[in-house]
Amino acid sequence: MTIPDGILKREERVLLALRALYRQNGYTQYKMRKFEEYDLYADNRDFLVSGSVITFHDTDGKLLALKPDVTLSIVRSGRDEPDTVQKVYYQENVYRVAGYSRSFREIMQAGVECIGAVDACQLAETLFLAAKSLSLISGKSVLALSHLGAVSRIMELAGLGRDDQRLALGFISRKSLHELSSLCKEKNTQSEAAAGLLKLAGLSGSPEEVLPVLEEIGCSREAGELKRVTDALKNTDVYASVRIDFSVVNDPAYYNGLVFQGYVDGIPERVISGGQYDRLMRKMGRQANAIGFAVYLDTLEHLEDSPAPDADILLVYPAGSDASAVLGAARKLQAQGKSVSCMTRVPQSRRFGQVAALTAEGDVRYES
Amino acid sequence: MNLSIALPKGRLGEKVYTRFAEAGYPCPDVLSESRKLIFDNRELSARYFWAKPSDVAIYVERGAADLGVAGKDILLEYEPDVLELADLGTGNCRMCVASMEGFLPDEQRTLRVATKFSRIATAYFAKKGRDIELIQLNGSIEIAPIIGLSDVIVDIVETGTTLRENHLAVLETIMPISARLIANRASYFFRKGQMDALASALSGKE
Repeated sequence: MTIPDGILKREERVLLALRALYRQNGYTQYKMRKFEEYDLYADNRDFLVSGSVITFHDTDGKLLALKPDVTLSIVRSGRDEPDTVQKVYYQENVYRVAGYSRSFREIMQAGVECIGAVDACQLAETLFLAAKSLSLISGKSVLALSHLGAVSRIMELAGLGRDDQRLALGFISRKSLHELSSLCKEKNTQSEAAAGLLKLAGLSGSPEEVLPVLEEIGCSREAGELKRVTDALKNTDVYASVRIDFSVVNDPAYYNGLVFQGYVDGIPERVISGGQYDRLMRKMGRQANAIGFAVYLDTLEHLEDSPAPDADILLVYPAGSDASAVLGAARKLQAQGKSVSCMTRVPQSRRFGQVAALTAEGDVRYES
Repeated sequence: MNLSIALPKGRLGEKVYTRFAEAGYPCPDVLSESRKLIFDNRELSARYFWAKPSDVAIYVERGAADLGVAGKDILLEYEPDVLELADLGTGNCRMCVASMEGFLPDEQRTLRVATKFSRIATAYFAKKGRDIELIQLNGSIEIAPIIGLSDVIVDIVETGTTLRENHLAVLETIMPISARLIANRASYFFRKGQMDALASALSGKE
């Protein structure tokens, strides 16, 4: 069955395309229930996009939550099986504080999780899926990739303590090189280490531009890891959208290694967020490694053009007209591929592509 | 327009606009006396608009502007999710704790703090381990200790003239403040070349 143009909203069209993409790559759908025990989120509050959760008591008094996140449920429900990989995708409504109003919203979210023996091949595949997901949303997108290992290494080389590392991470994520420079001066960081830190914070560009500099400042291992996964994307149609940029920072208490965010021109916030979350796995008692990402489908609203009309044609018929004549005229228009709404007058509060009048003789006359 | 820039209304915005113009982004009518708020330079595909200084970060965070100029005080108070590309080294002032001349805090009592900057004040006194009662005001903060509404105020001090004329004095400086060039995160990835060049030019690093 083909669905005529204009029936599906952008978000729905993208969702169908994402499902096809994930299935094509061997991911199976993960279905979860709407509620989870609140403790799951209370124990991992910082992992959530927003810390707030909608809670309520079950009939037995147990405190439940409307799920604000999917990854935690997937991690909790899985089992470690050595040398295998669990690959799932999901499309779920989540309930969390979102948008600039900072109030609770129901948000359609899609995503993939790859859990188990995650090797360079799985990492590259996940990055490919993230970049491809962006390309299904828009032809102008960027997958910004970072490596938390490189950020930690450079901060350690600069001799920053734990509190200062937290401060520095904030400056790196905001590209505040001036603040970072002041911090280094205040902490008497050796000039070479400070220069390395500032270079890392300012890095942004293609793998070819960024990786040699990353090696130069003492992050050969991380540069090698980034090279392996980005090289694997070189022969794909998404490679041009890959940038390495260290302003992409996820919470190091949960994430390690590769982290990334996806952006689309015209959407003022990130559309995709993801990374390796081995540390979350350990916190939840799992031995397996993991990488995944979420696609925030609510952000696609920013791309909506002018609102679609309620129908292509409003067919206005004289009150008391013969019903079969009205419906017959409407069916003729529908046969031409138009959507038609029949009414006796033009309502004020609705939009139509064209307004046509059905005459007493059964003719359709379009109004200019 | 390819590049949209939010400027803070007032002297700081006018000064900063001149630097944008010198950096290759002029738009002659911006400094005209008219009540117009939005100005386009079609040749450069650039747009400027005037906004309330405390709102500039909101325009940038939400992508209504690609770039903007906001005080560090606003960035610390509202914590917008934006990039901070340069310290423009202008609009310099200090965030201070001030009170009546000769004021001595009573360590046994909760300190009453009047301010517009509740997040900054709360964080500052929490770091010092001091219990405070926060009094959120939206303007004329200086009168709070004079009429006994608060013990101290947390506010921006530029020259200190207003404080002196009201027999108030700075007790502590919390941090120096200056104007910053901020950018929308998503927009940065699609206009990086322009934004980096502007940041370098505006911070004098060309």
